[in-house]
Amino acid sequence: MKMPRTSIFFGFGVLTALAAGWLVFPRALYERREQPFRFPHKTHAEKSGTSACNDCHTLGKDGEFAGIPKTKDCATCHADRMGSSPAEALLVDNYVKRGRETPWLVYSRQPANVRFSHAIHTRLAGMTCRDCHGAEGESDAVPVYEQNRISGYSRDIWGHSISRLRRAPGDGMKMSDCENCHRRHGVDAGCLGCHE
Amino acid sequence: MKARYGMAIDLDRCTGCGACMVACASENNVPRLPKATERTGITPMLVHPVSDGKTGVAFIPMPCMQCEDETPCVKVCPQQAVELDRATGIVMQMPQRCLGCRYCMTACPYHSRYFNWWDPAWPAGMERTLNPGVAVRMRGVVEKCNMCHARLHAAEDKAAEAGKRQIEAADYVPACVESCPTGAIRFGDLNDGASEVAKASRTPEAFRLLARLGTEPKIYYTSKRAWVRALAERHPAGEPSQPAAPVAAGGGEVKHG
Repeated sequence: MKMPRTSIFFGFGVLTALAAGWLVFPRALYERREQPFRFPHKTHAEKSGTSACNDCHTLGKDGEFAGIPKTKDCATCHADRMGSSPAEALLVDNYVKRGRETPWLVYSRQPANVRFSHAIHTRLAGMTCRDCHGAEGESDAVPVYEQNRISGYSRDIWGHSISRLRRAPGDGMKMSDCENCHRRHGVDAGCLGCHE
Repeated sequence: MKARYGMAIDLDRCTGCGACMVACASENNVPRLPKATERTGITPMLVHPVSDGKTGVAFIPMPCMQCEDETPCVKVCPQQAVELDRATGIVMQMPQRCLGCRYCMTACPYHSRYFNWWDPAWPAGMERTLNPGVAVRMRGVVEKCNMCHARLHAAEDKAAEAGKRQIEAADYVPACVESCPTGAIRFGDLNDGASEVAKASRTPEAFRLLARLGTEPKIYYTSKRAWVRALAERHPAGEPSQPAAPVAAGGGEVKHG
């Protein structure tokens, strides 16, 4: 039996559109940006005894989360080179000795009108870092930062799973991800609870 | 326990210095708008001078009145960009959700809402002094006093760090209250009967603006002067029981907004 030519063209068009939407567009949408240097969370956890996240990513007495440690915190150990890794050489030569901050690209950077309290979620709600940030603390190198070319936000905000099936825990930090968790736990924060 | 944050402003102590307006603008990242007029500027806290037409003068600092129950702006907003927070009693405006129809500005009997007619701008270098806890508003949205919500957030964070859900009263004080040199603006929880605001709101000198509308504002004023208290219920011409019309310090009719 011979297939009509129009069906072949139609099928080809459908497949092309699906491939473009599911395979090409998600790759084209994000610009891949390298971090300033490789940072192995795993090595730090094993060698320095800083196994808890908040040994370095501290929560201040006033409840303010410090985020990524400053260069002076790194310099408490890395004032001079301790090993032979090129990443450490970059840290010591470019940032510690020059007294500059490392321009890390922050995966979970939110828009300016978002208020998120690490203190409330970890101290009162009993959540762990891993619930939102995944197993980043066990990685051997920080992943490539993928920046949305349209919005400018990190891919970690939208989430890595395009189909939203088989999502890793903590994949996605959109407003709907916050809302879903709040709804599951019956917590109503109102608009200005999470916005400013 | 649920709070109902409110203010009690002593009009006999207000000198009209305007420190509250400046503190409010700098706390809430209010932009500098060279083209703004009295009608198009953004003044979440505004001090109105009033006079009895003779020797008496007074100054009325007007933030958002934080109405309850019959909150006009909440009722008319087609976007649900403003809501009454049942946990704090604060009428919360969400400028990011606002579509800019300005229905709320028409509905607000206190003229406490302001429209962003221009994109925000600051003199060169001043962006670095902006408050990181308050998002800058874009052109085309309405904003108002949110009772320094960023300070409430900071107080909540501090309490949470210590493992507490209840904030310390001293940790949450709006900028206008903190800056008032004569202590005319008092702030606190109206549900806490022992608080200074709750006590002041129960005195015979206490009154609220346009109380007859039933909007139940949580901003109370106090004054020992009867003519100042009478200003709160000025009726438009034609409405009954109209008190003698006071005039503004400049000589004209008292303007609100």
